Amino acid sequence: MTTAPPEAGEPVTGKEHRKPAEPGRGGRFLPVALYVLGRLGTAVVSLFAVIVAGFFLFRILPGDPVRAMTEGREVTTEQREELRRQFGLDQPLWQQFLDYASGLLRFDLGTSFQYREPVAELILEHLGPTVLLAGTGTLVATLLGLFLGARAGWRPGGRGDRTNTAVALFFWSVPTFWLGLLLIVLLASGRGFMPGLFPTGGMVDPHAVSGWRSVLSTAQHMVLPVTTMVAVVYAQYLMIMRSSLMDEKGADYLTTARAKGLRDALVRRRHAVPNALLPTVTLIFLNLGQVVSGVILVETVFSWPGLGRLFYSGLRVPDLGLVQGLFVVFAASVILMNLLADLVYPLLDPRVRP
Amino acid sequence: MNSHRPPTGPLLRRVAAIGAALFLVSGVTAVPAVADDSDETNTLTVAIAQQVDSFNPFTAQLAVTTNILRHVYDQLVTVDPDTGEPAPSLAEDWETSEDGLTWTFNVRDDARFSDGEQLTADDVAWTLTTIMENDSAAIASGNYVAGFESVTAEDDHTVVVELEEPQATMTSLNVPIVPRHVWEPILEEEGDAFSDYANEDFPTVGSGPFVLTEHDRGEHITLEANPDHWRGAPGFDELVFRYYAEKDTAVEALRSGEVSFVYELTDAQVTSLEDVDDIAVNIADGKRFQAFTINPGAVTQDGEEFGDGHPALEDLTLRQAIVMAIDNDRIVEQGANGQAVAAGGYVPPRYEAFHWSPEGEDAFLDHDIEAANEMLDEAGYDMGDDGVRVSPDGDRLELRMHVHADRPDNVQAGLIIVELLDAIGIEIDNRTVDPGILSDALYDAEYDLIFTGWTVNPDPDYVFSIHTCGGLPTEPGTMQGDAYFCNEEYDELYEAQLEEYDPEARAEIIHELQEILYREAVVNVLSYPNIMEAYRTDQIADIQLEPAEGGNIWGQDGYWAWWSAQPADPTADGADAGLSTGTMVGIGAVLVLLLGAGTFVILRRRSTVEDRE
Repeated sequence: MTTAPPEAGEPVTGKEHRKPAEPGRGGRFLPVALYVLGRLGTAVVSLFAVIVAGFFLFRILPGDPVRAMTEGREVTTEQREELRRQFGLDQPLWQQFLDYASGLLRFDLGTSFQYREPVAELILEHLGPTVLLAGTGTLVATLLGLFLGARAGWRPGGRGDRTNTAVALFFWSVPTFWLGLLLIVLLASGRGFMPGLFPTGGMVDPHAVSGWRSVLSTAQHMVLPVTTMVAVVYAQYLMIMRSSLMDEKGADYLTTARAKGLRDALVRRRHAVPNALLPTVTLIFLNLGQVVSGVILVETVFSWPGLGRLFYSGLRVPDLGLVQGLFVVFAASVILMNLLADLVYPLLDPRVRP
Repeated sequence: MNSHRPPTGPLLRRVAAIGAALFLVSGVTAVPAVADDSDETNTLTVAIAQQVDSFNPFTAQLAVTTNILRHVYDQLVTVDPDTGEPAPSLAEDWETSEDGLTWTFNVRDDARFSDGEQLTADDVAWTLTTIMENDSAAIASGNYVAGFESVTAEDDHTVVVELEEPQATMTSLNVPIVPRHVWEPILEEEGDAFSDYANEDFPTVGSGPFVLTEHDRGEHITLEANPDHWRGAPGFDELVFRYYAEKDTAVEALRSGEVSFVYELTDAQVTSLEDVDDIAVNIADGKRFQAFTINPGAVTQDGEEFGDGHPALEDLTLRQAIVMAIDNDRIVEQGANGQAVAAGGYVPPRYEAFHWSPEGEDAFLDHDIEAANEMLDEAGYDMGDDGVRVSPDGDRLELRMHVHADRPDNVQAGLIIVELLDAIGIEIDNRTVDPGILSDALYDAEYDLIFTGWTVNPDPDYVFSIHTCGGLPTEPGTMQGDAYFCNEEYDELYEAQLEEYDPEARAEIIHELQEILYREAVVNVLSYPNIMEAYRTDQIADIQLEPAEGGNIWGQDGYWAWWSAQPADPTADGADAGLSTGTMVGIGAVLVLLLGAGTFVILRRRSTVEDRE
């Protein structure tokens, strides 16, 4: 909403002079296709490695799902055996893997032990809340970080830079959990003279059923988690933006721009920032991949019903069906976003075109 | 180079606008939180953390779901909150034949399911028979019917259970009775997939005081009162279980009034709530015992040895000396901060009849470091140069101890034990680990000392059954209980108590069982941790504890708490939250202004700095 979209188009045209124009457009098809295929191949191989590694990795986890689920319950050995049979844990490991892998080919992620529901359904159920929270958080953090980073990097060492960097790094180092709890104590629990302005957790009030009330209730429930998330992560955007802007600062084209008599702010916004944005694109895509895996800690402090909390609840059992399914989905989304970054980057930056 | 305009271009304005919008949204949204409280229905809200495995009463395992289902489906017999004795529920009364093999339950005629159908003996017989005959329906309650020969409905009001052997646990069958006309078709339709049937067809049909009406996974579960329940309508119209992933946030939600009740609190949380207005803390006698077991050399039922326990621990003298070195009072005082009771026997004192505590001469394993040292000296455990004893077989007494990392009081107790055992020349390798690692060590018998604990039910049969020789694993890794214990005398007494229908005589045998456990020093009980919970008195006026004296609210064996809870009069204490909407808006506005002003000042400052440069 701030810097990126309106000016994103500019660098490509503004920079074309840096690279000699390609002689013939037609001859470029093959290298591009090869490049795309290569990236696709890498993505597929990574995904396969993740699936295999994920399956065996979670089997090494200490603990036994059946024992953990029946802990403290007055069960007989027969009841435990029945559960083991239902979960398929009585099968040899290779058989379990074959079942799992053949299920994946049919997009069947298996069944969760503790929820007794298909993992795919559980993931879909929790995907919305996660995307809403982590998506909003990432968006706000990106905009805030890039905006502040551009200003900080333009005058490195200045008071604005020092304050901003210090504040950002302070929040970056603060434990998410602690910050979340602190916000709850200050703004939600209604201690002392402070009224409880926001809910302490959850996504929507159980009584807010009708349309606009549930929207309003969700917005209200989002304020603290989003604030926590933004506070903790915006520093990375700020720092990247700051350092890449500092790299651009000495560039000749800025001298040219200044020589044209442009105002300082304009030189920064129109010329320096667009070029400095390039390295941040990678970071944004990487983080977009993680939007799906959610922000486990934020979701846990604020009892947000998202994928991060689902994963956390699965790890504690360990609910093998659930965690390996989630692992594949998380990994797949990161791989997909990396792939996208690889494919988009050459469009943004002619220097890396194949 | 700088223009006269400060560098506050459209960019900054846009950001400021977004920021302002965000704060406005938060300011506006902050208001309805209070407005919601004016709802007509009386709602009791409970903070929970555990997920729902299933609402299928045949398969639900986890504590939260079994607790909730207890309010949805009646059981045959419940527990009297005043006496702790079995009390009528669906069964008005019951009798036993001479040989103790035939139990007749008379089913009340005024119990109806929430769909209006009459609950009859046939529903009871069908439920129990299904659990006996269908493996996938036996997951939750199979243990209760394991000794049943047959269950028949003689007429609409009489259920007859034939047993293979007499069993004294017949009045504590923790089995939800379901409507046959609803479940028989489901069972047929689902077939093998029955164990995955989640029973989320709301509202569920049951005979209990509440009806399940809603489940939003990870957010909340809603139950509505069944006004026609035969025991009378519950005090609250609605029961909502809301999810709080962390107990600390649940405590904050109690403070803000978002929830009415929180349970399983820690000592620190209780201390922080004690002086808060409108919040009552309930500290109840523990149902759970906290213990550590010693690996006496693990064997399977066939006598195959496995695991890697320290060989010297097979010696009873060494085990007893370890127990004598341990100071349960100190563990309670320093480990649990006084929120527990030092233990002797296996059954907590809240079950008065079954509780046993070593006294006088019987208490020969009481804390006594000197005596313990003497015993070890006599038995040939010579002190090494490094202050660690060596067993007669030449093994250095360095023992591993596995402690639950997720239980702070256990971690504290572990540290004290390390210190105490050091005083008798035993070196402890203190392993504070995750539950999974601990469980693996236990089942693979790769431990020396290990922490454990059980929640004891009003009928303690199960916690004793796991220490019979039959509880040993058939092959390594399949143990039923939590200790490799096998003792013939114990097994005989265990059988005898199960067949003893006279409560006093049975209690006597159960005392003897505990005496053996104490003497053998494999299962060593340290303390009975208190149950700590808290509720809002401006939401709940009155609530039944179980037992009535020193009892708990969450995890009752009956449904007394939520059925009996009476809503507090909301007009009694002025406006609920104490602050009017107007005040809230005012405070919100001030906050927004402050933040806005702050941002402005910072930006201003920066721009002047830039100008100066």
